[in-house]
Amino acid sequence: MATSVELSTEEGGTEGGPLLDVRNLHVEFRTREGVARAVNGVDYSVDAGETLAVLGESGSGKSVTAQAIMGILDSPPGFVTQGKIIFQGRDMLKLSGEERRKVRGARMAMIFQDALSSLNPVLNVGEQLGEMFTVHRGLSRKQARAKAVELMERVRIPAAKERVRSYPHQFSGGMRQRVMIAMAMALEPELIIADEPTTALDVTVQAQVMDLLADLQREYNMGLILITHDLGVVADVADKIAVMYAGRIVETSPVHDIYAKPAHPYTKGLLDSIPRLDQKGQELYAIKGLPPNLLHIPPGCAFNPRCPLAQDVCRTEVPPLYRVSRDRASACHFWKEVVGDDSAPADKA
Amino acid sequence: MGRYVIRRLLQMIPVFIGSTFLIFFMVYALGDPVAALFGDRAPDPATAAQIRNDLHLNDPLWKQYLIYMKNIFTGDFGTAFNGESVTSLMGSAFPVTIRLTIVAILFEIVIGISLGVLTGMRRGKPDDTGVLLLTLIVISVPTFVTGYVLQYLFGVQWGWVSPSVSPEAPFNELILPGLVLALVSLAYVTRLTRTSIAENTRADYLRTAVAKGLPRHRIIIRHLLRNSLIPVVTFIGTDVGFLMGGAIVTERIFNIHGVGYQLYQGILRNNAPTVVGFVTILVLVFLIANLLVDLLYAVLDPRIRYA
Repeated sequence: MATSVELSTEEGGTEGGPLLDVRNLHVEFRTREGVARAVNGVDYSVDAGETLAVLGESGSGKSVTAQAIMGILDSPPGFVTQGKIIFQGRDMLKLSGEERRKVRGARMAMIFQDALSSLNPVLNVGEQLGEMFTVHRGLSRKQARAKAVELMERVRIPAAKERVRSYPHQFSGGMRQRVMIAMAMALEPELIIADEPTTALDVTVQAQVMDLLADLQREYNMGLILITHDLGVVADVADKIAVMYAGRIVETSPVHDIYAKPAHPYTKGLLDSIPRLDQKGQELYAIKGLPPNLLHIPPGCAFNPRCPLAQDVCRTEVPPLYRVSRDRASACHFWKEVVGDDSAPADKA
Repeated sequence: MGRYVIRRLLQMIPVFIGSTFLIFFMVYALGDPVAALFGDRAPDPATAAQIRNDLHLNDPLWKQYLIYMKNIFTGDFGTAFNGESVTSLMGSAFPVTIRLTIVAILFEIVIGISLGVLTGMRRGKPDDTGVLLLTLIVISVPTFVTGYVLQYLFGVQWGWVSPSVSPEAPFNELILPGLVLALVSLAYVTRLTRTSIAENTRADYLRTAVAKGLPRHRIIIRHLLRNSLIPVVTFIGTDVGFLMGGAIVTERIFNIHGVGYQLYQGILRNNAPTVVGFVTILVLVFLIANLLVDLLYAVLDPRIRYA
């Protein structure tokens, strides 16, 4: 497949390879209504200390990709049908269940969106944090509790010693998300996947939590995959961006280039949908139509029914990831027009 | 928590008074206890008048009730018509029924929860469907049918157990009656556990537990079961009260001389002191069991706080 070839040559230079290298990943959900192709050949890589932001609407496959990497896909109905997930030189899909379990939580960890529902309501946070140490490191319960307090202090939860016996519902939203972060950080993993870590939080708390995450990432030189649909969050912390649409990566780019010159009409649509102060009073731009039903992804480019630039070729041929520059790629037949066009969203066909 | 317990205990007082008065009223209003005392023979009018006077039957009902309540609090539940004191009847009946209830609860816990966990984790598989169907049958068939059928099969046809229970009612003779008594609740426990497990299997925190790299047995026991069993434990707790009072049919089938048997005899013979006394105790058992369940709920689920 053209996409995997082009990207892997780009990443393949370093000896030993990147921390995480996802290649041509396919995931499908076998449901009663049919097979939903949630991920259709995703390639991305993350180096130590690097932040990759994965951007996309709900149902674009960004979370499913993350779950496949973590090995926590609901299976059935979800199945990885193709591809490789190479983490620290080992293909995760070839490991036994037990080997995979030992990687989870210890070498790669995940932060979920809604900390209230993602934390166990009937165990206190000390038990939930300490569990990482008793299970993966064989510490005693007492040692684990001490470690839990240490972790809570590291994520700046005040009065950690007293709060270690509190239950998730007794924390504020921001503090709960800090507990989630502490849990992911517990065993100092090399990779953290944060699935919309700030979506459920107030705007002011969002910034604090993102800052914390970025600080910890720098301190431990972790790779970070930040899954989000919030372009504002991305600009501050990400090194590079992968935009997903209908289970495919449609554009990859270093973070600043994408804001200045998006190379895919979908990315451009997303950027144009951000409310801007200098356009106050004007109607907010929205991408026409709805994301495709994953049971019936349109032929050709999946974005073609919503794309202002769509031509006949878009309805028949799936665009490969075209190399836009040394470190950018776009899956659009007309990427040159998109990059060249600096005006407001194009209305012409 | 302390204040909550006190408030609940205070709330029990009107419930207790109301329910006992109702029972007292119904039992005494529905028949002439003196006539019942003499059975088929017509009582001598002078003797009858004497007895009426001794039993305060000529006083108004509310006064009789007050006298009865006063006696209860001094430990006097009156005398059954055969001359035995009601307290001594209770002394022989309650231990038997408590043993029977313990056997039944054990069945509910061991079989009900195991089947529920099994089916909850294997939703839609043939064994799940089979167990579901079985519980539906058990729930629909009345206890006197399952009771007699099992008694016939195990006791008479195959002779594995004695078909009726001796007056001492030791635990080993109560296994089959305990199963019969538990059967319907057991089916409910199975279904409740199954639903609860199925619900919690999809919960976000369970996905977190998997993402933490915990071993499967730890995920199931510490995270899945700990949450799923909260409603089940409360159901079983309330069931203690139901089983104690609801054993009438089972005790009849297996000729067990427990609470249900005594109540049945009391109702049959219009034996007012026995009926009112036993029901009063059952009301108390029920109220206390419910309070304990509510307190247990708060222990199991830290989100519940009683103020």
